[in-house]
Amino acid sequence: MNRNGPIALIFHTLFLGFLLAPILIVCVVAFTSQGYLSLPTEGLSLRWFKAIADNPEFVRAFRDSLVLGAISSTLAVGFSIPAALAIARHQFPGREAITALFLSPLMVPHIVLGIAFLRFFTQIGLGGTFAGLVLSHVVIILPFALRLILAASTGMDRSIENAAASLGATSWTTFRRVTLPLILPGVASGWVLAFINSFDEVTMTVFIASPETTTLPVRLFLYIQDNIDPLVAAVSAALIFMTVGAMLVLDRLYGLERLLVGRGQE
Amino acid sequence: MPYLVLDKLTKRFGQWLAVDNLSLTVEKGELISLLGPSGCGKTTTLQMIAGFLDPSGGRVTLDGADLLAKKPNERGLGIVFQSYALFPHMTAAENVAFGLEMRSIPRADRDRMVKDALQLVGLGAFGDRYPRRMSGGQQQRVALARALVIKPSLLLLDEPLSNLDAKMREEMQIELRRIQRTVGTTMILVTHDQAEAMALSDRVVIMNKGKVEQVAAPQDAYDNPASAFVANFLGRTNLLQGTLRQDGGGCRIDVAGTAWPVAAELPAGPGVLTVRPEKVTFVDGAGVPGFVRARVFQGTQWLFEIQTDAGPLTVIRQHDGQILPAENERVTVGWRAEDMRVMAGTAGGA
Amino acid sequence: MTAVDSQNALSMDPAADTAAPPPDKPERRNWAPYLLSLPALALYAVLLVVPLAMTLLLSLNSFGFYTGIQDVWQLGNYTDIVTDDYFHEIFLRTFRIAVLVTLLCAVLGAPEAYVLRRMKSPWRGLCLLVVLGPLLISVVSRTLGWALLFGSTGIINTALMGIGLIATPIEFMYTETGVVIALTHVLVPFMVLSVWASLQRLDPQVENAALSLGAKPFTVLRRVVLPQVVPGILSGSIIVFALAASAFATPAIIGGRRLKVAATLAYDEFLNTLNWPLGAAVAILLLIANVVIIVGCNRLIERRYKQVFE
Repeated sequence: MNRNGPIALIFHTLFLGFLLAPILIVCVVAFTSQGYLSLPTEGLSLRWFKAIADNPEFVRAFRDSLVLGAISSTLAVGFSIPAALAIARHQFPGREAITALFLSPLMVPHIVLGIAFLRFFTQIGLGGTFAGLVLSHVVIILPFALRLILAASTGMDRSIENAAASLGATSWTTFRRVTLPLILPGVASGWVLAFINSFDEVTMTVFIASPETTTLPVRLFLYIQDNIDPLVAAVSAALIFMTVGAMLVLDRLYGLERLLVGRGQE
Repeated sequence: MPYLVLDKLTKRFGQWLAVDNLSLTVEKGELISLLGPSGCGKTTTLQMIAGFLDPSGGRVTLDGADLLAKKPNERGLGIVFQSYALFPHMTAAENVAFGLEMRSIPRADRDRMVKDALQLVGLGAFGDRYPRRMSGGQQQRVALARALVIKPSLLLLDEPLSNLDAKMREEMQIELRRIQRTVGTTMILVTHDQAEAMALSDRVVIMNKGKVEQVAAPQDAYDNPASAFVANFLGRTNLLQGTLRQDGGGCRIDVAGTAWPVAAELPAGPGVLTVRPEKVTFVDGAGVPGFVRARVFQGTQWLFEIQTDAGPLTVIRQHDGQILPAENERVTVGWRAEDMRVMAGTAGGA
Repeated sequence: MTAVDSQNALSMDPAADTAAPPPDKPERRNWAPYLLSLPALALYAVLLVVPLAMTLLLSLNSFGFYTGIQDVWQLGNYTDIVTDDYFHEIFLRTFRIAVLVTLLCAVLGAPEAYVLRRMKSPWRGLCLLVVLGPLLISVVSRTLGWALLFGSTGIINTALMGIGLIATPIEFMYTETGVVIALTHVLVPFMVLSVWASLQRLDPQVENAALSLGAKPFTVLRRVVLPQVVPGILSGSIIVFALAASAFATPAIIGGRRLKVAATLAYDEFLNTLNWPLGAAVAILLLIANVVIIVGCNRLIERRYKQVFE
């Protein structure tokens, strides 16, 4: 393949600088020793990271975010597997329409979903509850899980399932012993992508979260709206470090490109 | 009493008739091939027998019982898939054991049967390998062992050798024939490779456009093709357009100014003469004149392309020291009357 | 092998079935796919269709400062939005920001994807990780970074004045410029992804073929690569535009309370002014605009480029 010229490389460097600058500044400012926002010119300090522990609402929001992400992505995967198999394995009237419907939350702005869920949950008495958060998150992350599981199911050789049937396996045994193990990489990456989307969601969640049950991004957002101080920088930096760690692990396991471009498995 | 009976089996996809009123009987222990080009309906037929496709009409009975009433997993057939369809997450032995597990065979018996089956296909030492780490030929053998170990009432093979290279394919043909002799299972083989069908089968069913063209032993079909399609599909053949006429003694066909006697009684009008390339010889006397357009050396034989007034003609001669014409040389070709077949109609209507 | 002969009827044209003559025996209706999709269908019916329908109904209600939400059916909220200059300004600003962000993302993201593809491993994988990684980091954290760069620390202005590019500081916080820059940062990975995907389908030998025919590298880029990447740029643009037009967190943090866009307007109506019906009307308009743009543009692209990518 051809090499990039000097102009291309300069452009590339500037582009990466543009992408990394705001992320790096957060991480740098978080280490300030001052009581206000500033670059850590007087030496690095962990005082603001220690301050996170003194703000239990951040810790609680973080824990809630993790639990919410785990539950809702597990549910989303549970709904997605049978739906993906239906779409991948069968030709039936309405197949296109059902597929489009399953992917449609991708087309609805999250602000609209936030408003719709706020109205819906207050009417049925789920307003401000954790159950409401879970249900709404399942809806918005299901398309991500479905896409990867669908890709994995479509990519699987159909005759492998036929082989199991010809050897006497029932549909359920075939699913359990053959299909599921073979689409498992797709299912796992679908779960991860769903979890990330749930964990990072802020626009919709800000409408339906309550002070008692809220997520970390919402907590951060509301805090920033009032006042930007080294504490939020420290929380963000901690979040960024964790994301980068998870990202490196994911890249090793599945390949980040495969996860994001949306091809299920080889 | 026939073992497997296909009775007016039909499959329609939309307006397209994939299989058209196919009827066929197979005897117990027989190895029969469904042979034909892509889209002739052979795989569709196989899928209906296996239960992966529902027929639009017709019946299938196996040993007197209605096969269509059963679900695919209740039919007890062994199937070797074109892609082998091995379970990639199981070892060779686990693959072979799967069908036995479904039949709740006790552990000890299962292990012994798996070992025997792998032994039969020559993979006794490969039980712990995963399919990914096996060659195409070895995967093929695992697939065969997996299908045979359940002692199927019928073994269906869907293009089993098409993914192997030429040398491996020949080995597996001999292997398959040996195994079939050993276990005596009734087998239906789907293939588009006429050499494979001829090498393995007791009988071949030549199919075209969803219909059966001929059912016969391989040699019979080759020597006495029932139609121009069969003649052309089973090995190379020359199709020459001529004119049939009745005169005095009997029926004759005129091809490029030469008249050949025809044994059968055919109506006057257009006719097609077929003759195998290896039956055509270069003659000194009467025959069809032409010139050598190209000649190609193929190792054991020479292939000639002769341009005649009745169209191009392929000639195959053994490479055994005889003196053969050079390119662009004018030649006369001929054949024995008993080596040719004549049918009424035109070559295009085959 | 034809579709049917090789495997099954899955790839058959479903339209052909409708024109089929009645089969010899009625084919068994297969309910399995419907049963399998039923749980997800039910979930969507309850948790997507119903809430959206309720929002639509809510947008038809009226609101009084002292009376609260009134159960009447009227189009007052929509006529308010259509006739009031205040709303015009907000929607126009939203549109302007979305267009600028889309253009910037195309101009930056498409060349970056191309540069990435020409890189050698392991650099390529590493750089791809850096480019796509921000997608996994919370929008709030990323926007906070811009707020720090623009405002409090003033790094950008100090740097720009340091290299002599500007004489007086530029105002980024609470301005459209700031929102556009931050949103471009948030959304440009989507453009890179989309163009990257279309570059993957490009046969690398095609470029060499053009070079061997005597084309200069720039000509190859313009005449051979670009036309094949256009669908990727267009579909990336649709994604970026839709997300920019409905973006919330970034405009809310960088734009503040004064510089409103459609999404922050709806948020304020809901959670500050408490005029839910008006907020719902804004949301419904946003949803309709979004769906029309996404579906419409996708149709256009499909029709235009169908032959190229079959």
